[in-house]
Amino acid sequence: MKQRDIFIAFFRSGMLGYGGGPSSIPLVHREVVQTFKWMDDEEFSDVLALANALPGPINTKMAGYIGWRVGGVWGMLNALFATAVPTVVLMIVLLTVLNAYKDTPWVAGMSRAVVPVAGVLLGVLTWDFIVKSKGSLGWVGTVVILAISVIVLELLGIHPAILIVGLLGAALLSKSKKTERQGEKT
Amino acid sequence: MIYWQLFLAFFIPGILGYGGGPSSIPLIENEVVGRYGWLTVHEFSEVLALGNALPGPIATKMAGYIGYQVAGVPGAAVALFATIAPSMILMIALLGLLLKFKHSPKVKRMTLLVRPAIAVLLGIMTINFFASSIEGAGYVQTIIISIASLLLLEKWKVPPAYVIGGALVYGAIFLG
Repeated sequence: MKQRDIFIAFFRSGMLGYGGGPSSIPLVHREVVQTFKWMDDEEFSDVLALANALPGPINTKMAGYIGWRVGGVWGMLNALFATAVPTVVLMIVLLTVLNAYKDTPWVAGMSRAVVPVAGVLLGVLTWDFIVKSKGSLGWVGTVVILAISVIVLELLGIHPAILIVGLLGAALLSKSKKTERQGEKT
Repeated sequence: MIYWQLFLAFFIPGILGYGGGPSSIPLIENEVVGRYGWLTVHEFSEVLALGNALPGPIATKMAGYIGYQVAGVPGAAVALFATIAPSMILMIALLGLLLKFKHSPKVKRMTLLVRPAIAVLLGIMTINFFASSIEGAGYVQTIIISIASLLLLEKWKVPPAYVIGGALVYGAIFLG
């Protein structure tokens, strides 16, 4: 019974959420807090804060943790399965069908037309990231890290992993006044 | 060997993508297109566009499909596992510690400092997508489709799934 509820909650929030994991967080919230009442608002926002403190897809972390908390290890596996697998199957079916017809002119046309849309979606996402950075780091901080990243990635050709680990290290080691002031506010 | 490569290709973006699935997209591209050459830029952008047209988390859809294309169903399973499991295990293992530090300014700063770097990765990928589009569909069509989809998405707030659906229909008719 409980496992069925877990499956329904995460299947629904996965299948109805467009625009990637972060945009389906409100849907997960509705299932977990309102429909099934497994958590109150405060606990949910704690879990969200936790998930945000860790790398990796946000939705699967939320699903896995909430599933684990509600239904143990099986609940976790169940929630992860319900979140990820149905949409992956959809994706494989759709792309396999398209690939089978990729030599026909109309499918080739479809594939050409969709690339600039992907470019626009990514461009918008890029801009969102810059605006969000500006909001928290200010223009100066944002531009400095943007410039460092361009140099490291494009001019020096260093793997992004090294850049990100370096930035994470800088965040952990920094003891600037700004950091402390931010800490007092929270 | 191929499974180990698949694991690494999705483990690295999974463990370094701060800020949820979308921020790991350029890291996935870096591995899948740049390092292993499993997909071309054009193919990757197609997978991303269709991934955006379908519901659900984007990182797992990309991992599942690319894993499947490279090595069938076991490949999909390995790529999904590499995407989900490491951060999941971290989350459960570090739970106590994280609950204590979740409001720590340092932990918040980690996401803040990584964000501009992700923006640059996304920006580079955007440029690659447009370059690939100009190669495939030409300047004129690329500009028409880009401006139309930018207006639809940002000005008129049409959901991405419909814009992508519209582009598919447009392409089938005018670019075939």
